[in-house]
Amino acid sequence: MEYEAVIGLETHVQLKTKSKMWCGCANSFGSEPNTNVCPVCLGMPGVLPVANAEALRLTVLTGYLLNCEIPRFAKFDRKNYFYPDSAKNYQLTQYDKPSTANGHVDFEFQGGTSRVRITRAHLEEDVGKSTHFERNSGVDFNRAGVPLLEIVSEPDITSADMAYEYLNALKEILQQGGVSDCDMEKGMVRCDVNISVRPKGTKELGAKIEIKNMNSFSGVRRAAEYEIARQIGVVSKGGKLIQSTRRWDDVAGITEEMRTKEDAHDYRYFPEPDLMPFEPTDEWLAEVKSRVVELPSARKARFMTDYQLPAGDAEVFKANVELGNYFEQIAKQAKNPKAAANWVINNLQAKLAETNEQSAQEQAAMGLEPADMTLLTLDSLKFKPEQLLELVGLVEAKAISSSAAQQVFAEMFETGKAPAAIVQEKGLAQVSDTGAIEKICDEVIAANPGPAADFKAGKVAALNFLKGQVMKQSKGKANPGVAGEILERKLKG
Amino acid sequence: MLNQLSISELTAKLAKREVSAREATQACLNQIQAHDGELHAFLSHDVSDALAQAEAADQALAAGTRHEQQPLLGVPIAIKDVIAVKGQPLTCGSRILGNFNSPYDATVTTKLRAAGAVLVGRCNTDEFAMGSSTENSAFGRSCNPWDTTRVPGGSSGGSAVAVAAQMIPGALGSDTGGSIRQPAAFCGCVGLKPTYGRVSRFGLVAYASSLDQIGTFTRSTRDAAVLLHAIAGHDAQDSTSVPQGVPDYAAALDGDLKGLKIGLAKEYLLGGLDAEVKRAVETAVQQLTRLGAEVVEVSLPHTEYAVATYYIIATAEASANLARFDGIRYGARVSGADPIELYANTRGVGFGPEVKRRIILGTYVLSSGYYDAYYLRGQKVRTLIRQDFLKAFQTVDAIVTPTTPSVAFKAGEKSGDPLQMYLQDIYTISCNLAGIPGISIPCGFSANPKLPIGLQFLGKPFGEATLLQVAHAYEQATPWHRERPAQV
Repeated sequence: MEYEAVIGLETHVQLKTKSKMWCGCANSFGSEPNTNVCPVCLGMPGVLPVANAEALRLTVLTGYLLNCEIPRFAKFDRKNYFYPDSAKNYQLTQYDKPSTANGHVDFEFQGGTSRVRITRAHLEEDVGKSTHFERNSGVDFNRAGVPLLEIVSEPDITSADMAYEYLNALKEILQQGGVSDCDMEKGMVRCDVNISVRPKGTKELGAKIEIKNMNSFSGVRRAAEYEIARQIGVVSKGGKLIQSTRRWDDVAGITEEMRTKEDAHDYRYFPEPDLMPFEPTDEWLAEVKSRVVELPSARKARFMTDYQLPAGDAEVFKANVELGNYFEQIAKQAKNPKAAANWVINNLQAKLAETNEQSAQEQAAMGLEPADMTLLTLDSLKFKPEQLLELVGLVEAKAISSSAAQQVFAEMFETGKAPAAIVQEKGLAQVSDTGAIEKICDEVIAANPGPAADFKAGKVAALNFLKGQVMKQSKGKANPGVAGEILERKLKG
Repeated sequence: MLNQLSISELTAKLAKREVSAREATQACLNQIQAHDGELHAFLSHDVSDALAQAEAADQALAAGTRHEQQPLLGVPIAIKDVIAVKGQPLTCGSRILGNFNSPYDATVTTKLRAAGAVLVGRCNTDEFAMGSSTENSAFGRSCNPWDTTRVPGGSSGGSAVAVAAQMIPGALGSDTGGSIRQPAAFCGCVGLKPTYGRVSRFGLVAYASSLDQIGTFTRSTRDAAVLLHAIAGHDAQDSTSVPQGVPDYAAALDGDLKGLKIGLAKEYLLGGLDAEVKRAVETAVQQLTRLGAEVVEVSLPHTEYAVATYYIIATAEASANLARFDGIRYGARVSGADPIELYANTRGVGFGPEVKRRIILGTYVLSSGYYDAYYLRGQKVRTLIRQDFLKAFQTVDAIVTPTTPSVAFKAGEKSGDPLQMYLQDIYTISCNLAGIPGISIPCGFSANPKLPIGLQFLGKPFGEATLLQVAHAYEQATPWHRERPAQV
C-alpha cells in the first residue's frame, strides 16, 4: 500500500518591536543574562501587563500579509503550567479569540504554485531561557515577555520539501513585511511540526505526532523526512501509532518520544482578567493596512510580466527588495529592461558587495563591531539611478563598447560623475569608423603572426584573441563587431 | 492626643503650624508601640523611615507647600501588606514570600507619596487577602480593639484595627469580596471600596484580579473622600483602570439628602441576619428618611447565587495569580530533586491551609471538562448579578444594606468551618461581582458586649460622590463614628 504524509506547522516568530510585550524592557538579543528585565517580566508580586501597541499592530499586519480575516474582537488568555523559565507560571496567549484567522500562503513549489491555509496567527509572549550547568541551572529572563506570533497552518503540507519551501516563503513574507527579522541564529523562529501518515487516497487522518521546538528549516526538513519514513514503516508492518510528542536529535538524525497523549497538560485556559479585550476600530485597521507591502510571490510575477524579466532575475529582485526597488526606478524608462536588470544585478550589486567587503575589513581593523560599521547602501551611492540608466542607454546605442562601459561605471561609482562626461573626458566614445579600425587591425595582425596563422589554419578562437588586442589598442573604443568583421575579412582574404 | 485626630483635623493643624508632622507621626508611633503588641495591627513598620518622611513633610510645610497642593502633606498613613512599598517588606501575610522586599512602589504608594503622606507601616492581613478574620495570617491574627477575644474582620483586619485603635488616621486596604467593608463594620470605622477601575491595582498583589480593588479606612466619611481623591485615577500601568476624571469628593459633601432615592434591598434582610444588626439598620433607614431621602424597596433577585459565584471566579483567578510563588526567582525556597519537587516543597510549606484550599478549588473549576459547568457559568451569573444592580440603579441613587450578618465573632469561632466563614461576606460580595462601589459606616452598637455595627451603601459605577454624600449626611446626624474603643 502507498502512504502519504499530512503535515501541519506551528511556527513561532519573535516580533520586531523595540520593547517587550507587557513592559518597557528592551526586546534585544545578546545582552548579559537578566539585564533586560523588570518587576513585570520577572513576575514580581503585584505587577500588571500593559499590551505593546506595536506588537498588536504587527500581529494584524501579519494577518493582512497572510490573507487572514481580522476579527473585531480578540482577547488574551492565561495558559497555566509550571516551568522555571516561566516567570508567572502562566503564559499569556490568544486562546479562542485570536487577532487573525483563516488565511493562506501561496508559494512556488516543484514548478507550480502551492497553497497552505493558515488557521490563525495569534499573539503570545516568549518565556525565559534555561541553561543547565553541572550542579545547577540558571534562567535568563531577557527573552521572557518578548512578543511572539504563533502561526498555525492547516495540515495542507504533504512532504518534507514542501514544509521547507512553505517556511522559506513565510519567512520571506514576514521579513519583507517588517514583522520580524526571522534571524534563525538568534532563535527568532521556532517550529513545532505535526505529522501523520495515511493510505494514499483516504481522508481520515492518522495519529498526530508532534515534533517540538525545531530551530532550523533544514532541521524541519530532515526531521520530517525521518518521521514520515518511520511512521510509514510502523503502519505498513501493521503497527499502530498513538498521538504523542517527539523531539528531534539533530546529531543522531532521529526523533525520540517525549510524552504521549495520556500525560498531556491540562492548561486550564481562562480569559486574562488584567487586560481588556482588543477591539480594533476602522481607523486603527486602516492604519495597519497602509503598512502592507507587496507579497514576494506577487512581486516576482509582476517583475516577469511588467519588465519581461527571466525568472532568475525576478527571483533576485524578489529576494532583495532594495535592489528590486532600485531596478524599478529605472526599469520603466529603460528601452531594454533586461539590459538594465543585468547592469543592476551583475555590475551594481557585485560592485557594492565588493566595496562593502573591503570597507568592512578596514573598519574591523579599526576595531568596530559589525553593528557599528557604516556601509554603502543603494541610497547612499554617489551617482543617481538615472545615470545608470544613461550608461545602459549608451551601451545599447553602441555609443560605447561594453568594456568601455565597465570603465565608465567604475568611474561613476567612485566619483558620481555623469556617464557622458566620463566618456568625453576619457575619450571612450566607441569608434565605428572603419578606416581607423582597419589601421589598428593591420598593426595587430602584423604584431601577432602566430595567432593570425592559427586562425588561417582554422582555429576560430584565435580571432577572439586578435579582437581583444584591437580593443586594447583602441583603449576599448573600437566597436568590437566592426573590428571582428575587418579582421576576418583581412585574414581570410 | 495627635494620633486621635482625623485627617481633616490634622491637616488643619499642620497648615496652621500648630503641630508638626513629626509630632503627629511620633504620636502614631507611640500608640503603635503601646498597643500593637496586643492588637497586632502591623506586620512591619519602619520608625526611622517614617520619621524621615515626616521631617521632609515639615520642611515642605515650612517652605510654604500647602495642602491644596499636597492634600496629605504630613499625614501618617498605613498600608495593607499586599500593596508594594519600595524597599520595604511585602509579605501578604504569607511565609512564602520569605524576606522579600518590594523593588518598586505600587501606583497608590506613588500617589500617596506625591500627596505628601507619611507611610508608616504595613498592616496585617489574611494570607493573600483570603479570609474574613485575619486568622489566616501566617504571622498571627489581629485583635478587635473593642474586644480582643474577637476578630477584627478581614482580610484587611490590620488596617481596620490600626484606624479604630487610633494608631493611624487613615489606612489603605484591598477589597475582593468585602475585605474592607467587613472589618470596617467590625471595628467601627469607615471603609470604602471604590468602583472596579477607579483605583489602579498596579502594585496590589493579586488575589482575584477581576474583583480586587484598593480602598480606604478612615474615621470619617470626609477623610474617606480626601484619601480616595489622593489614590484614584487612571493609570497607564493598569489596563483595567478607567480613564475618567476624579471629582473633588470632599467638596461635594453636604448634609442634605433631599431628592435622593435610596433602595432597601429586600433580599438582604432575610434569615441569617442578627436581630440587633437588623434593628440598627432599620433605625438607620428611618434616619435617612428624616434626612430627606426617599427609601423604596428594590429587588436584587440573584443575590442568593453571589457567594457561590464568587468562590468560583475568585478561586479560579487566584489559582493562576498565586502560581508565581514558586521559589525560583524570589521568596522562600525549599529545595527538591527537580523543579516539580521544589515547587511542591516550597508551596507545601509556604502557603497556609486556606490559600491551598482556594488554589485547589480554583484549579478544579478551570479543569478540562469542568470549565463550562463552573467558571463559564459563574461568569454568566456574575453578569446577571451586575444587571440586577444596574436595573435597581435606574430607579434609586444608592442601595442601603447591613454590612455583615452579625457583629464581630470570637476568634476561633468559625475558623474550623470555611463555609460559615465564607457566609460572612454575603452582603458585601455582590458589590465586587458587579464592580460597583460600596461603603461601610458605623450605625450603632450591640448591647452586650458593646460591638460596632456597620451600615453599607452601594452605588452606581463611579458613583462614589453620591455614596460619600449619603454616608456623610447620615454620619453628621448620628454619633456612632465618634465612639472609640475603651481600651485605647
